[in-house]
Amino acid sequence: MSAAILSVAHVGVRFGGLVAIADLHFDVAQGEIVSLIGPNGAGKTTAFNVMTGFLKPSQGEVRFRGTSLTGLQPHEITRLGLSRTFQRTSVFPDDTVFENVMIGLHRQGGGMSRTLLLDALLARTRASERALRERAEALLDWVGLAGRAGEKAGALAYGEQRLVGVALALATEPAMLLLDEPVSGMNASETRIFVRLIRQIRERGITVLLVEHDMPMVMEVSDRIVVLNHGRLIAEGRPEAIRSDPAVIEAYLGQGSAARRAAAGAREVAHA
Amino acid sequence: MTRLLPVLLLAALAALPLALGTEPYLLNALITTGILTIGAMSLNLLLGYTGQLSLGHIAFFGIGAYVSALTSLGFDVEIGFGYRVAHEPWPAATGFLLAVAAAGACGWLIGRLSFRVRGAYFVIVTISFAEVVRLVALNWVELTQGPLALTGIPAFTFGLPGLGSWTLRTKLQNYYLVLGVGTLCYALIARMVRSRFGRAMRGLKENEPLALSVGINATRTLTVAAVVSAAMAGAAGSLYAHYLRIIDPDVFLFATTVTMVIMVVGGGKGTLMGPVVGGLIFGLLPVALRPVMAPEAQWIVYGIVLILILFLMPRGIVPGAAALLARGRAPRAGNTILKSRPAVQR
Repeated sequence: MSAAILSVAHVGVRFGGLVAIADLHFDVAQGEIVSLIGPNGAGKTTAFNVMTGFLKPSQGEVRFRGTSLTGLQPHEITRLGLSRTFQRTSVFPDDTVFENVMIGLHRQGGGMSRTLLLDALLARTRASERALRERAEALLDWVGLAGRAGEKAGALAYGEQRLVGVALALATEPAMLLLDEPVSGMNASETRIFVRLIRQIRERGITVLLVEHDMPMVMEVSDRIVVLNHGRLIAEGRPEAIRSDPAVIEAYLGQGSAARRAAAGAREVAHA
Repeated sequence: MTRLLPVLLLAALAALPLALGTEPYLLNALITTGILTIGAMSLNLLLGYTGQLSLGHIAFFGIGAYVSALTSLGFDVEIGFGYRVAHEPWPAATGFLLAVAAAGACGWLIGRLSFRVRGAYFVIVTISFAEVVRLVALNWVELTQGPLALTGIPAFTFGLPGLGSWTLRTKLQNYYLVLGVGTLCYALIARMVRSRFGRAMRGLKENEPLALSVGINATRTLTVAAVVSAAMAGAAGSLYAHYLRIIDPDVFLFATTVTMVIMVVGGGKGTLMGPVVGGLIFGLLPVALRPVMAPEAQWIVYGIVLILILFLMPRGIVPGAAALLARGRAPRAGNTILKSRPAVQR
C-alpha cells in the first residue's frame, strides 16, 4: 500500500453537549477507493464537512498530502487538491450545465487570482476563455452529459444533477475526491453507470472516499470500508471482512427496519 | 439580440436631444435620471449579481459628491489638537477621480466589515454607514457648510495642453457626459459579469457551499464587487455635484437609495439592461405624469405602476419581457433554452 494521501487523526466534533464524532481515526492511501459507512446519524456527513473545512473539529486534525487542514477555508482546501460533491444540492440551478462546469473551472487556466478583475477589465481573457470552454466540453463529454450542456442544471433529473456535481468537482483537478451519497435516489441502472464512473475516476489517478448507504454498491466498488457508529470507528477492512464483522452486523440490526434492509442487502451480496 | 439592444438604446439616447431640442426642463430630468441610473447600475452589481442588498448605497454616491466638490472647491479645516489641513482647489476632473477612489475605498471597508456575516447584517451595516456619513456631512460645518450647502462647485473642465480647455456649462454638454460615463459603466459591468469573475459571483449567489467547494473565495469576490459598485456610485455622485454645482446633506437621503432599489428590482435585478430600463422608466415617470395630474396623484400612480410591474413581472421588466418574447417564439423554435443560450456552439 502506498503512502496515505489523507489522514484523519483522532478527530472529534461536538455541538455543545452533542457528540457528533467522538474519535475518528483512519487513513486513505493514494489511489484507493474507500467507503465510509454507518447507520443514519453515525457522523459520516459531519466527517466530510470536517475534511473539507465546512466544520472545525473540536479535537484532532485532518492532514492531506502531509499538510494540516486545520484552520483552512473550504476554498483553500479545494486548492490543495481535495474536492467534494454534495448530497442534495450538487449544481448551480439557474445556470446551464455548461456554465456550471465553467464556474467549476474557476481556478483553472493559470494562477490569475490576483489579476482576476484586471483580466476581466482588459480584454485579456479571450484565449484563456476559449481554453476553458474546451475543457468544460471535454469534462461534460467525460461524465456523459455532452447532450445536456445547454439545459438548465436545476431542471435536470436527479441522477444527472449528480453527474454535474462530479464534473464540477473534477473541474478543480483534485488529487482526491469525496463523494457524499452519490447514488442515493438513483435506480439500479443509474447506480451501475455511477460505479463505472467512480472506477474511471480512480483510473485518472484520483483517490476516492465515499459516504454511501447503498450496500451492494459499496461492497462492489470499495477497496476498503470504514464503518462508523455513534461517532466512533467500529470496523475497518476489506469488503469481505466487513460483511461478516459482528460489530457491523450488530450496528445495523440494532437500528430500525431501513437499516436492517441495508444489512440484509449487504449479506445478499456476500452470498452472491 | 441581447447585444444589439443596448447599442440601439444608446443610439436612441444619443439622438434624443436632437428630437427634443434643448428644452432645459426635459434635459434636466434626463440628466438627473441618467445619474441615478448609473447609481442603480452600480447597486445592481451587488444586489443583482451577488444577492447582497446595500440599503446605504446612497452613502457612496454622497461621498463621491462631497469628495469631488471639496477637491475642486478647496478647504481649510481644523482636525483637532490644533492641526489644520488646508487644500487648494484642484480641477473638477481630479475631483471625479478622487471621488471614485474614495467611494471605492469605503466600499472595500464596508465589504471587509460585513461580508463575513452577510445577509441582514450587510443591510444593517450599510444603512448605519449611510446615516453616519450623513450626520458627518450635516454637522462638520467647517468642512461641509452643513445644511447651508456647498455652493459654487465648478463645472467639469477638460483641457488638452496646447488645445485650450473646454468647460461643460450647458445642460446638453452635461447630458452627453452622463451618457458617456453611463455607457462606460455599462460596458465595465458587462465585461465583469461575462468573465470568470462574473461566474464566481453567480456561483456564490446560486449555491454558496458548492461555489466554495470549487475553490471560489467568497470574501474576496464579494469585496471586489463592493469596491467596483461603490466606486461607480461615487462617480455618479461626482457627476451630480458638478452638474448641479450645489450639494447639501440631502444627497444622503434614504429615499434616493429606495429609488435606486426600485429601479433595479423593477427593471430586473441581475440583468445588464434591467437597471437601465428601470432607471429610465422610474426616473422619467414623474416627469411624464407632471403635466397631467396633481403632485399627490402622481405618487399614487407611481406606486400603482410599481405594484403592477412587480405583480405582472415579479422578476422585473427585462426578464419578464424576455420570457414573453420566448413564449411567443416557442411553438416555432422548439426548445427555447437551447435556442436562446447558445453556450455550446463550436
